[in-house]
Amino acid sequence: MNLRHRFVLSALAFAAAAPLAQAHESWLIPSSTVLSSAGYITVDAAVSNDLFHFTYRPMRVQDNLFITAPDGSRIEPENMVQGQLRTVFDAKLPVAGTYRVGLFNASLMASWKEGSETKRWRGPRAELERNVPAGAAELVVREGVSRIETFATVGNPSALKPSGQGLEMVPVTHPNDLYDGEAATLAFVIDGKPAAGVEVNVMAGGTRYRDQLEKQKLVTDAQGRITYTWPAPGLYYLNAIVSGATGGEQNIERRLAYTATLEVLPQ
Amino acid sequence: MHKPLILALGLLAAAPAFSAGIEIDIEVPRIDVADYRRPYVAVWLERPDNSVAANLAVWYDVKMRNDEGTKWLKDMRQWWRRSGRELTVPIDGVTSATRQPGKHSLSFTAGQAPLGTLAPGEYRLQIEASREHGGRELLSVPISWPPAAAGRSEVRGQHELGTVSVRLVP
Repeated sequence: MNLRHRFVLSALAFAAAAPLAQAHESWLIPSSTVLSSAGYITVDAAVSNDLFHFTYRPMRVQDNLFITAPDGSRIEPENMVQGQLRTVFDAKLPVAGTYRVGLFNASLMASWKEGSETKRWRGPRAELERNVPAGAAELVVREGVSRIETFATVGNPSALKPSGQGLEMVPVTHPNDLYDGEAATLAFVIDGKPAAGVEVNVMAGGTRYRDQLEKQKLVTDAQGRITYTWPAPGLYYLNAIVSGATGGEQNIERRLAYTATLEVLPQ
Repeated sequence: MHKPLILALGLLAAAPAFSAGIEIDIEVPRIDVADYRRPYVAVWLERPDNSVAANLAVWYDVKMRNDEGTKWLKDMRQWWRRSGRELTVPIDGVTSATRQPGKHSLSFTAGQAPLGTLAPGEYRLQIEASREHGGRELLSVPISWPPAAAGRSEVRGQHELGTVSVRLVP
């Protein structure tokens, strides 16, 4: 009974630490990824197993949405509506270059024993030491870092820089320069360092119209790279999850997730 | 009485000596639909590595308010990818208004903009058309430069382009 209770608690803590746990796929759909000139795009955000159909829940984006301009500045979303099945917002892209639209979540949760009492704390990683006593009994720390993003380019594509937090994709082939029948190379980093041996799943949209998911499993090489030849034009869902203990002084169980929606153009 | 004639003959004889170039006839097909719009067309020379050697012509809707005609330049998607997205339109001697159905003759002279001076080698002449409410088509004609002799080649589009004939002037 006690064991089961603890299991549930830890599962809850885990879920709380990773609010976008992959029970379902969470994704964004940009209305355009290539624009000739400055203008608007509209973006759908939803949680659904059907790629890319709105059949389950809207994605809650109000707290952690970012739209980053080519110069790194932030753009505010406009006309945001959360419906029953999807969230929609517009983004004005005023200058040439590549924009990143996405959601970033980072949360950390610690639990430990003081006598018979279970203590819990939740907050940013930098404040962990200050809030959790050193050498706390039965200390369990869980961190969830997730990123869900997509890209749009006005005019000429510009470089994309990683933030250095969690699991990220660093384009070798630009994400707005993907074409049917051509190979693209994408690199993955964890906290800015190459992530080798990460399983990356790639799936084409339109799963409703075929029998099998046709999920491609790729594994990053020593440099953290995958190379994939796009079999057809369309929207693709790319997802990778890394979980495990960090080791070291504070043994933190981390769950790092990365999701991107990529558009592959016809030749 | 004889002088002007001699002068004219002299000009004719002299002309080929300095005007190596490329002459292109592009047929914009007549398409019988109610919502017909003239196609956007791009003509450029590409090297074997896909890099662009010269942008020769871009026809788009130059007359729309606030430059809104530029919004669909990306629909000529190979051209857009290869060089369009790096350019700022209008480009003198390259961009112009869309053309009506029929045959349009373009002539480019070596050493002069927009053809310029081409390094000897293999090229592809690319002709791409994209039409609102319609489709998109890309034709390609291989070219060796400089042309050893006068050569003529022809390709036929199936949808948005008719016959494109290319004459190389040595």
